[in-house]
Amino acid sequence: MTFNKRTLAGVIAVATTALATGTAQAQMSDDAVRIGYLADMSGTYRDLAGPGGLEALNMAIEDFGGEVGGVPIEIFSADDRNSADVGANTVRGWIDQENVDLVGGMVASSVSIAVTKVLEEANGLAIISGSAASSITNEHCTPNHIHWVYDTYPLANGTAKAVVEQGGDSWFMLTADYAFGHALEGDVTKVVEENGGEVVGGVRHPFPTSDFSSYILQAQGSGAEIVGLANAGSDTVNAIKTASQFGLTQSGQQLAGLLIFLNDVHAMGLEATQGLLLTTGWYWDMDEASREWAERYFERVGRMPTMVQAGVYSSTMHYLNAVEAAGTDEPEVVRAKMAETPVEDFFARNGRIRADGRMVHDMYLAEVKSPAESTGEWDLYEIKSTIPADQAYRPLDESQCDLVNQ
Amino acid sequence: MTMIFGVPLAVFMGQLMLGLINGAFYALLSLGLAVIFGLLKIINFAHGAQYMLGAFAALLGLQYLGLDYWLALLLVPLVVGGLGMVIERTILRRIAHLDHLYGLLLTYGLALIFEGTLINLFGVSGASYPVPEALQGGLNLGFMFLPTYRGWVLVAALAVCLATWFIIERTRLGAYLRAGTENPALMQAFGVNVPQLVTLTYGFGVALAAFAGVLAAPLYPVSPTMGSSLLIVVFAVVVIGGMGSILGAILTGLGMGLVEGLTKVYYPEAANTVIFLVMILVLMLRPAGLFGKEA
Amino acid sequence: MMATTQTPSPSMKRRRRARQRRGALYLVLLVVGLAAPFVAYPVFLMKVLCFALFACAFNLLLGYAGLLSFGHAAFLATGGYVTGYLLSSHPALPPEVGILAGTLASLVLGLAFGALAIRRQGIYFAMVTLALAQMMFFFYIQAPFTGGEDGLHGVPRGHLFGLVDLSSNLAMYYFVFAVFVIGFAIIQRTVHSPFGQVLKAIRENEPRAVSLGYNVDAYKLLAFVISAGLAGLAGATKTLVFQLASLTDAHWHMSGEVILMTLLGGVGTLFGPLMGAGLVVSLQTQLAQSPLGNWVSVILGAIFVICVLSFRSGIVGEIDKIVRKNFK
Repeated sequence: MTFNKRTLAGVIAVATTALATGTAQAQMSDDAVRIGYLADMSGTYRDLAGPGGLEALNMAIEDFGGEVGGVPIEIFSADDRNSADVGANTVRGWIDQENVDLVGGMVASSVSIAVTKVLEEANGLAIISGSAASSITNEHCTPNHIHWVYDTYPLANGTAKAVVEQGGDSWFMLTADYAFGHALEGDVTKVVEENGGEVVGGVRHPFPTSDFSSYILQAQGSGAEIVGLANAGSDTVNAIKTASQFGLTQSGQQLAGLLIFLNDVHAMGLEATQGLLLTTGWYWDMDEASREWAERYFERVGRMPTMVQAGVYSSTMHYLNAVEAAGTDEPEVVRAKMAETPVEDFFARNGRIRADGRMVHDMYLAEVKSPAESTGEWDLYEIKSTIPADQAYRPLDESQCDLVNQ
Repeated sequence: MTMIFGVPLAVFMGQLMLGLINGAFYALLSLGLAVIFGLLKIINFAHGAQYMLGAFAALLGLQYLGLDYWLALLLVPLVVGGLGMVIERTILRRIAHLDHLYGLLLTYGLALIFEGTLINLFGVSGASYPVPEALQGGLNLGFMFLPTYRGWVLVAALAVCLATWFIIERTRLGAYLRAGTENPALMQAFGVNVPQLVTLTYGFGVALAAFAGVLAAPLYPVSPTMGSSLLIVVFAVVVIGGMGSILGAILTGLGMGLVEGLTKVYYPEAANTVIFLVMILVLMLRPAGLFGKEA
Repeated sequence: MMATTQTPSPSMKRRRRARQRRGALYLVLLVVGLAAPFVAYPVFLMKVLCFALFACAFNLLLGYAGLLSFGHAAFLATGGYVTGYLLSSHPALPPEVGILAGTLASLVLGLAFGALAIRRQGIYFAMVTLALAQMMFFFYIQAPFTGGEDGLHGVPRGHLFGLVDLSSNLAMYYFVFAVFVIGFAIIQRTVHSPFGQVLKAIRENEPRAVSLGYNVDAYKLLAFVISAGLAGLAGATKTLVFQLASLTDAHWHMSGEVILMTLLGGVGTLFGPLMGAGLVVSLQTQLAQSPLGNWVSVILGAIFVICVLSFRSGIVGEIDKIVRKNFK
């Protein structure tokens, strides 16, 4: 049993012209800054982050000039196949064998949590862009990771609050029957009730479900004004599609999606999704800076970027700037440097990294356009309002994170 | 209002209707499995992937060739069924003399290849296929609002199931098929081209799966993974019914749809598992399956 | 495999020679196993060993009893979840107790599933096990103690027998290696025992075994239970290595992967599953980090097809054939 284990280093792009003369960089851990991109490249979340996120990472490194503090930047990438052990194992290998300094990407929450546990032990650093679970910077927080783009807290709260304020105060919850769905349902119920609304009923469907007709029928029978979708991914997509077939919105009810992304709306089409309210961390067409970056991305990838893909670029830039400024790739020093620098770019407005590792920034309430309003394939959202950074995320005084109370 | 176990009669009837529609898919798919199993004695693990290919072919046909729904419903089963016949000729035939478990493993490998390739080409989010114009809108059945398309699915699936039953039980071709199932060597001796019959049968089973796929395309997101999890449920349906009889496969499929539909009302948490639980019950009480012949 | 004829002297000689050859092979493998972590990355080796044990357990059923289970992921996952849950909720519990509990849970589940599945044969057996495992998958998503989609994380490795700190990869490796050797020895003993001979007789001709008066169902069930227990042991150990348990282990793709490992290495050979597990795990590791990463499932599917079409004895089986032809 001698399997040659020395990985034929999966270096996808070595964005560098090697510095032969070697300006000795005593501060860098070795002769390069290495970034590993870990994401679902082939499964359910491929379109949310996937290869597009890797391209965004490449863009960031090219824009930065291919080197930082005089040493080249190298990229590794791997498919975690949404499996926590594949993800943890890959990162363990990267740390032990390749001296990877930063792990980026990461979508499935199980993978992110598993990876951060590894990094905490090995004292590495991760910036999570794709995951939804707010527990990542709550009970699972570590000093070794930062959560960049969004989490369920603003998604659920932002949408629920806005909907109740617009007068939608009786809710029916369609909840995926597992821990994630239950947590989301709890969050929404709390916000709805705090704002004077009421949850009049609900049904917990198994995860995953492809046929939602039965549950939509139950929602129609409930008489609630709003049907809240406390589920994610294909479940949400299926529920919305079925609701549209059963004429849920025509009969006066409205859907509130809690975890819906640009690629989902694009895939479902505007016919089925129009009028849907959702919260997003970024939208490609929200202002000049965003458009400018998104169009560059579009030229390379052929699709408009999701907020996660934009977040990968933004977070990588912020990291590289911090490495440059600190003159080292020591995780603690870089993390501290990143935290003391405000985040302000095409992606994040009023952004800053909190003690729990949460990068808080302005979030946006968006409404999906109707086919008549849309002027192009990717003209999907209308931004209705901004949720200020300091109100969007879970307040630190509710945090269970050990780093906060030190 | 009349109540049935705490559920208004209207809602109850509506749920039964929806259950029946899902059951129609189970019936179509388990029917295809049963037809293939009858002659080839293998379980076609690629059945879910072929159902998915049917949906994808309809979608791509619409996007690139402007093929409308009705033509797709006719042509796609022929194309995917033809692909099935090629697979039978070139691959399955080579292992026909082996233990039939190898057929299961081989078709499993094929399913992985189909699914993986389409994921790479089209991603997994899935795309939507529009409901054909003639079937948009809904019918008010008094007890529920039934989208016209779903009503059509039920009618079309039942019609195809019954036609299949008729062909196999009441025509000369069906007689050959049944005889081939019993004793292929004797059939060959009587001058029937059995290898050709096998190819046609596999192609027909695959075509049934593709037909179900086209029917499903406007209902669910068309995605490469749409078939695989459905297939496992269909396997359980097949174990419950036994693959001995054509009518048995159809009835079990519809029945399990109803059981699942009712579970979604009374105990939605178990909706994903109820068919497996029925399977356990059947295994304990009547191991050969409800309509099974073999011991 | 073993000669079954009863002519005493030449067959005894051949048996003795076979045993000697096997003994030498075991010794070499033992030395390789002990030295391996100094050459290769221990975490990777541990992964290979866990899957090798899993595949060996599966092979006991397919290779020696002729039963194709398409639901072995359920046992791997059950071992992992039970061990993971016990060790994270009771940090004082020593790891060996957690692993034993996980193994035991899989044994019990194996007893229940086995009793149901052996009521049907052949292809039905495969479908029944697949359906039962899928039911467990749905159960584990909903069950409160598994962490649903997020899985269980940060399972403490703890101190073996309260003494050896397993947090070092090297110590952990030798523990995993010991577990593997024990599991492998159990399988080796089972296969070469009279019980194993009866299993093979059932595989070759079930009606004849029945007419010889063997209680075939009891033999099958016992084989199923042993296989399930060892699969659980593999899952429990894996959870300790990676300090997590997740739904991946319960998914039916995992049941497919273990079939592939066994098929590729050689069904019904002792070392085949070990070889197959090593190859499949290496392949996945390599592919995941290469531009071909997206094509893993296609490549696995292609290997499946190739194996079934023209490589049914697997690597070890083919080598065995060559050795037999040339050195006999």
